[in-house]
Amino acid sequence: MTPLHHYLILSALLFAIGLAGALTRRNAILVLIGIELMLNAANLNFIAFWRYGPKPEQLTGIMFVIFSIGIAAAEAAVGLALIIAIYRHYKTTNLDQVDSMRG
Amino acid sequence: MTWPFAIIATLTCASAIAAMSLRNLVHCALCLTMTFAGLAALYLQLSAQFVGLAQILIYIGAVAILVVFAILLTHGGEETPRGAIVSSSWWIGVGIAVAAFASLAAAVLSSVVVKRTATASPDVAVKRIGEKLMNDYVLPLEVIGLLLTAALIGAVIIAMQERRPKP
Repeated sequence: MTPLHHYLILSALLFAIGLAGALTRRNAILVLIGIELMLNAANLNFIAFWRYGPKPEQLTGIMFVIFSIGIAAAEAAVGLALIIAIYRHYKTTNLDQVDSMRG
Repeated sequence: MTWPFAIIATLTCASAIAAMSLRNLVHCALCLTMTFAGLAALYLQLSAQFVGLAQILIYIGAVAILVVFAILLTHGGEETPRGAIVSSSWWIGVGIAVAAFASLAAAVLSSVVVKRTATASPDVAVKRIGEKLMNDYVLPLEVIGLLLTAALIGAVIIAMQERRPKP
C-alpha cells in the first residue's frame, strides 16, 4: 500500500498549485477555482490522516471531510454570486480593472 | 509507491496545473472536473467510499456546473482574452506558492509520519456514518443545514437583478 507521506506530498503540491493560481490569475472565477483546489487538498489530508491514524474505526476524519465539503459548497455558491454581481456592476471579471477602492 | 496511485496522482496534478494555466475559461472548468475526479479516485483508494461518492456528486455534479454557469453568465467563454492572463506581479505569487510547497514538503519528509503504515481496512458502512451523524454529530449537522440555507438565500439575493429606482 502507498505510504502516508506520498499522499501528504501530493496534497501539498495541489495546495501550492491552487495558491499560485489564486494569487496570479486575473479572472475572478479562476481565483475562486484556486481556492476550491486548496480546500480539496486539505480534505485529502484529512482522509489520509484518518486512514493511517491509530483508530480509523472512529470515523472522525470522514465526519470532518463531510462537513468541510458542505462549507465549501456554501462558499462556492456565495462566491460565484458575488462574481456575477461584480460583473453586472463593472461589466468585467478582470480583477485588475475592479480597483475603485484603490488609494 | 504503487502504480494506481502514481497514475491517479499524475493525472490529478497535471489537470490541476492545466486548470490554473489555460487561457480559455471553459477549458479551465473542464480540467477542474478532471482534478475533482482524480481526488474522488484517491478517496476511494483510501477506502473512504462515502466521501469519494460525495465528492463526485457535490464537486463534479454541483460545483463544476456552478462554475460553468458563472463563466457563461459573465461571458467568459465567448472569446479567449488577448492580453496577459496573469497579473503583472505574477512572479511574487508563484514564489510564495513554491515557498509554501517547499516548507510543507520539508515538514512532511522530516516528520515521523513517514514511517507510519496503514492499519487493517476499517468498517465504514454508510449505516455507521448515518448513526454517527444522528448521534454524536447531530448538532454540527443541524448547524451546517442552517448555514447552507442561509448561504443559498444570500447567494440568490446577491445575484438577483438590481431593481432600478423609479424616476
